[in-house]
Parts: sequence; C-alpha cells; structure tokens
Amino acid sequence: MLNIIQNINKAFDHRIRLGIMSILMVNENADFNMLKELLGVTDGNLASHTKALELEKYILIEKQFIGKKPNTKYSATKAGRNAFIAHIDALEKLIKKS
Amino acid sequence: MENEKYLNDLNEIKQMMNKSSRFISLSGMSGILAGIYALLGAGFAYSILYQNTSITADYKNLVLTEISAIKLVAIAFAVLVLSIITGFVFSINKAKKQNESVWNIASKRLLINFLIPLATGGFFILFIIEKDFMVLVAPSTLLFYGLACLNASKYTLGDVRYLGLSMIVLGLLSTWFLGYGLLFWALGFGGCHILYGSLMYFKYDRK
Repeated sequence: MLNIIQNINKAFDHRIRLGIMSILMVNENADFNMLKELLGVTDGNLASHTKALELEKYILIEKQFIGKKPNTKYSATKAGRNAFIAHIDALEKLIKKS
Repeated sequence: MENEKYLNDLNEIKQMMNKSSRFISLSGMSGILAGIYALLGAGFAYSILYQNTSITADYKNLVLTEISAIKLVAIAFAVLVLSIITGFVFSINKAKKQNESVWNIASKRLLINFLIPLATGGFFILFIIEKDFMVLVAPSTLLFYGLACLNASKYTLGDVRYLGLSMIVLGLLSTWFLGYGLLFWALGFGGCHILYGSLMYFKYDRK
C-alpha cells in the first residue's frame, strides 16, 4: 500500500495540472490558447501551472513567433510521460485495492 | 472519500484526453438524414437509369444518354451538398449544446484526415468517368468513402470506424458483382448511414 501511495505524484495533484498532462499525452503539442480553451482557466492560472510542470521537467515550453504574434507551444517530455503513466497506474491500483 | 477523488481524477484524465484529440460533437441525426437523402437520390437515379429495363437485365446493355448522365450527376451533387450542410448544421448545434467550440484542433484534424482519402477518390472517379469505366463509379465511391471514414474515425466517435468498414465491404462486393452498383450504393450510403446514424443517435444524443 505504501509503495503505491509513493507513486501518486504530488506534481499532478491538481485538476489543472492533471488536465494539462492529459492533453499533452495524446497531442504532440498544444499552444497556450488550446490549453486555455480546453481547461477553461485564466491566463495567469494556466501560466503558473505550466511553469510548475516545467520546473519538474515534465513539459517543454517553446516560445516562438508566428508572424508578429508570439506563440507558446507546450509538449510533454519523456520523463513527464513516464511519470504520468506511473501516476495513472497508481490511481488505478488504489481504486482496485479498496 | 479518498477513493472517490482518485476515481474523479481518472475520469477527468480520460475526458480531457478524448476532448483534446477527438471531435465528439458529430451528430447521429445528421447521419440518418444523409441516409434518407441517399435513398431518395438512388430512387431518382433508378427511375432515370432503368426507364425501359430493370437492374436484373444485362448491365452492358445500359445506354446512358447525355441528358440522363447530367441528371445523374445533378442528383449525386444534390445528395452530397444536402448531406454536408445537414452534417455541419447538426454538429454545430450539438457542439453549442455541449458548450464546445466547433472549429478547434480536433475538428480540423478530423476534417483533413477525412478529406484526403475522399478527395483522392473524387479525382480517381473523375478520371475513370473520363476513360469511360462507368461501371466502376459506384464501387469506387463506396470504397473511397469507406477508407475516408476509417481514417477519420481516429479523430471522432469510434462508431465511424465500423461505418467505414461496412462501406469498404460493400464496395468490394459491388466491384465483384459489377452492374449492381446502384443497389450497393443505396445499401451503403442509404442503409449504413441510417443504421450507424441511429446507433450514434441513441448512444450519444438522446440523453
């Protein structure tokens, strides 16, 4: 039991961070507006959660320009993918246990 | 209590994965209507093609005058345009009800992956009409539409995959039983659309 709880990842223990990772697991990348629209959050809120995930090195943030407009692209790193899969596994096991 | 939170988390993950990668506002009702248009179109086409003969007669004797050919193209075009408009209108309505945007990454991806095989088929069919292989037109529409559905199914409701597979089977059968194209065409574009449209309607729309 203790083992499983250790696999529950604190970094994903928030609805928005969970959402960001879920989106990036099934999409090669996503830009700021796509994440914002899907998650229904404010700019500042989204920025702070993506920053937190970047600090853990779970996602990659690329800033670029499309024409004159700045565009920020997010993608999941290999480490992020593995951590998220472990997190889902742990959730599933905890539900089965009880 | 804790358990409920974990279950919620898992549901949230699944929902977000689907929402961000698949266009789920495809309407079942528009499938049913497209099927009805196709059956009506096939009925008109039958009355033009088999005025003096029947489909069971030798197909090689079928004479296609220029006027009836133009009529057939007009019918096919009307069915196509009506179906597309219906599809768009119903999907926009459904998306609005579910508070989703219609024009997003998921719907763009769906459209492009559907259109590539379909446009390939369109050109192929234009070319074989030009070369006078009329008998292959109906089987080709079924085959290419089936492949387009199969390809698009990865980006929308999974049921579209089975619609595509059914169309492909009918397309192959109608290639084997050449000359009964209109029959298979009505079965595919009419019957299958109504069947899978109803399935989707009862599964997702009626709640």
